[in-house]
Amino acid sequence: MSERDVGDALEATGVAVRAAGDEDEVAGVRPRWVALPESAEEIAAVMRVCAAHDLAAVATGGGTKLHWGAPPRRCDVLVDLCCLNRVVEHAAGDLVVRAQAGVTVEALARALAEGGQELALDVPVPGTTVGGLLATGIAGPRRFRHGTVRDLLIGVTVVLADGTIAKSGGKVVKNVAGYDLGKLFTGSYGTLGIIADATFRLHPLPAARAWVTATVERPVTETYGTWTNEDGLTFETLTTDLDGSLATMVPAVTESPLEPSAMEVDWPDVSGRCTVAVLVEGAAAAERAKALCGLMGETAEVAEEPPPWWGRLPEHGGTGNTGGGEILLEVRNMPCRLADGFLGLFEAVREAGVRAAMRGSLASHVFHVALPPDTDPALVAGFTSQLRAGVGEEARVVVLAVPPEAGRRLDRWGHVGALRLMHRVKERFDPDRRLSPGRFPGGI
Amino acid sequence: MSELERLTARLAAVLPPGAVITDPVRLRTYECDGLTHHRATPGVVVLPDGAEQVAAVVRLCGEHGVPFVARGSGTGLSGGALPRTDGVLIVTSRMRRIVEIDIPNRRAVVEPGVTNLAITEAVRDQGYYYAPDPSSQQVCSIGGNVAENSGGAHCLKYGFTVNHVLAAEIVTPDGDIVELSAMDAGYDLLGAFIGSEGTLGIATKITVRLSRAPEAVTTLLAAFTSIEAGGHAVSAIIAAGVVPAAIEMMDALAIEAAEAAVHCSYPAGAGAVLVVELDGPHAEVEHQFAAVERICRDSGAFEIRVAASAAERAAIWKGRKSAFAAVGRISPAYIVQDGVVPRTALPRVLAGIDRLQEEFGIRVANVFHAGDGNLHPLVLFDDSVPGEAERAEIVSGRILDLCIEHGGSITGEHGVGVDKARYMPRMFTGDDLDTMQLVRCAFDPRGLANPGKVFPTPRLCGEVPGVRKGAHPLVEAGLAEQF
Repeated sequence: MSERDVGDALEATGVAVRAAGDEDEVAGVRPRWVALPESAEEIAAVMRVCAAHDLAAVATGGGTKLHWGAPPRRCDVLVDLCCLNRVVEHAAGDLVVRAQAGVTVEALARALAEGGQELALDVPVPGTTVGGLLATGIAGPRRFRHGTVRDLLIGVTVVLADGTIAKSGGKVVKNVAGYDLGKLFTGSYGTLGIIADATFRLHPLPAARAWVTATVERPVTETYGTWTNEDGLTFETLTTDLDGSLATMVPAVTESPLEPSAMEVDWPDVSGRCTVAVLVEGAAAAERAKALCGLMGETAEVAEEPPPWWGRLPEHGGTGNTGGGEILLEVRNMPCRLADGFLGLFEAVREAGVRAAMRGSLASHVFHVALPPDTDPALVAGFTSQLRAGVGEEARVVVLAVPPEAGRRLDRWGHVGALRLMHRVKERFDPDRRLSPGRFPGGI
Repeated sequence: MSELERLTARLAAVLPPGAVITDPVRLRTYECDGLTHHRATPGVVVLPDGAEQVAAVVRLCGEHGVPFVARGSGTGLSGGALPRTDGVLIVTSRMRRIVEIDIPNRRAVVEPGVTNLAITEAVRDQGYYYAPDPSSQQVCSIGGNVAENSGGAHCLKYGFTVNHVLAAEIVTPDGDIVELSAMDAGYDLLGAFIGSEGTLGIATKITVRLSRAPEAVTTLLAAFTSIEAGGHAVSAIIAAGVVPAAIEMMDALAIEAAEAAVHCSYPAGAGAVLVVELDGPHAEVEHQFAAVERICRDSGAFEIRVAASAAERAAIWKGRKSAFAAVGRISPAYIVQDGVVPRTALPRVLAGIDRLQEEFGIRVANVFHAGDGNLHPLVLFDDSVPGEAERAEIVSGRILDLCIEHGGSITGEHGVGVDKARYMPRMFTGDDLDTMQLVRCAFDPRGLANPGKVFPTPRLCGEVPGVRKGAHPLVEAGLAEQF
């Protein structure tokens, strides 16, 4: 079948379709068409054409993280969900909202604020849509308090590779009827189906918020010494340690009965100082923040506004969070392995000879690390291995975004325990591998 | 010799002595879970001690094509652990070790037979607890909690089992031991597994999140003349931006039952009582308490009691926590229902339940987690009166219809099990159910793990993957049987 026939078949669905351009590339792979459905039914119509003509499809929302994940093995149709941009129902009395996939988190927040409510997440990439938020499972500072998007999602409508429209969950928070497909689709990078809409549980906007910030001049200290071996040979040694004040401050704050909602760190250059910021929300926030100051050392001070970096991913070279050059890693670890996180990063930077900025949750021990976009691909790969070795076996290092050249040289996902089961899930949902093929662990 | 007999003969080789039960009298101990009107004597019961033994049993089930059902403490209220007469019941009661308590990392690793409360008891001294608190927490097992995604009175603020489990070692229906971890990249199989009611495998080790005990807890009991006034207070509390740890409501009939059973001394003449618990930092709780107290008075509360001590708090909770069993004092038999409605639909749904009571001459006592719209209507009947049990069953089903009509769910925390599988098509379309079945087929293509639960008419997982419509051709031709 010719290109034209396929294009005609897409046109025949009645869904707006245009030829793809350079700006539609998915991690360096250019699709042939861009479809702009306006409803779940229209997504289904596009998917049926894809099924009939064996076209591979990738979904996109705000396009802010389209370069994340491995490049698709093939991509014929980019399904742009920007037209599914309605907040379908905000039931303020029930503290739930149903929104279509293309609604941006900013638009959603505005709609919810009118009712004095919020989706208690701090999505760290501006312009992210509901669909993109779910597909990547990205979360921000308050994951410590409220969990990530999977913990706030209560219902979802998805369109499968064969055009089937299915929902799970509902619009009540408490609901255990049937499998929770929403969990399965969260963080699935578009490989199981296309998310059409989602329903979330909401929280009342807190009565007050306050932040406490503190600086730590040298988070990692280096001590030179000497070591003599059995043969009498003497070597110079260099030991690194986590700054003592940081090591005591973190558990003191996170385990405090004052119940902070988040504790974040910004370390823009690992040879320099870091800033720690703690968020307190709710009644008596200022009073509680003041009490937390006492746990955070001499530099601690209360602020009514967050520091400028709060709830944003680290970045390098002013490129912002988007763009093909972004190099971004996520480190997840056990909360008490704080030293491993800091020292692992410090040493990986030194060994690999790169520059790195780190930001993330001290409370949940999830950090993001950004390298400058022009970092040599070989160094990126070396850094990733060094970092994995440095943060320890129990930690996970995932390479969220990396230019294709560097991406080919490294393992993006790290250890994935249940990979075989994941393949089997993919095989059932998308047997012909037409949805974002190859973007996920194990080539899924 | 049946496949089950052939399998039973091989069980002794993979299990320690005494871990295989075939004595008919002992088998009957396991014939039902907390939902006692569904009964089936298991073909054989095994008591494995450890993941390897569970895996060995499951592999044997696979080899012989024999279904298996997992059971924890047997407190489930949807028949999720109802055994198969032609299958193996895998009981986790010997797997009761707390493997590790790791306070600095706020987690504990436990075996599935450990009770929910045992986790809290193990860490309470250090200022921590395990948040999900189903009413059966003294006896229910954490493995069962994982299977059912159990909630509890405090899930309004703190969420369900799925929000508090960080990792699980499971035995898949193939007999493989697999680690599902929230830390790993890839699909959230842990999230899909929790609440799958034993149809995707058996959890053999569970890593739970421990929560910091709150600095302050305040429990308040407010008495209203009517359920409407109580409901109004609930809406006003939520609208005021307060998220209590729990908001529970009982109607006059439920109060009467609780009084008869445990003498909880709730205010006389109350048409409804509301139990509100606030927890968190002192300053926040004080502030919220003032707001809640004011709202209750404004909504017409004629008496408000505040627990000043742990003992007084326990006294307030005693009536609520005993409510299910208590209705046994005022009725020979009853059905516990578990529906959910959007909170704002509560008044309309309760009015609908009133109409059903009149229409069918059946009394319904209402106990509910008002904060999240989770109703536990107790449908009372006398099974010695001909036709009454049937009428109660109809009322029970109609209540679920009301919940669905108002955008709710057929189960908030008890699970679908065998009891509500037939209601699933009222809540979900065939496409929805077929899509859920894809997950089942990925984990359990032969349908051996807890068959007959959750889904009304499970389909065979054909060799050709994909969504199947209509009856399977092999079944139609009488060549295959659907488990």
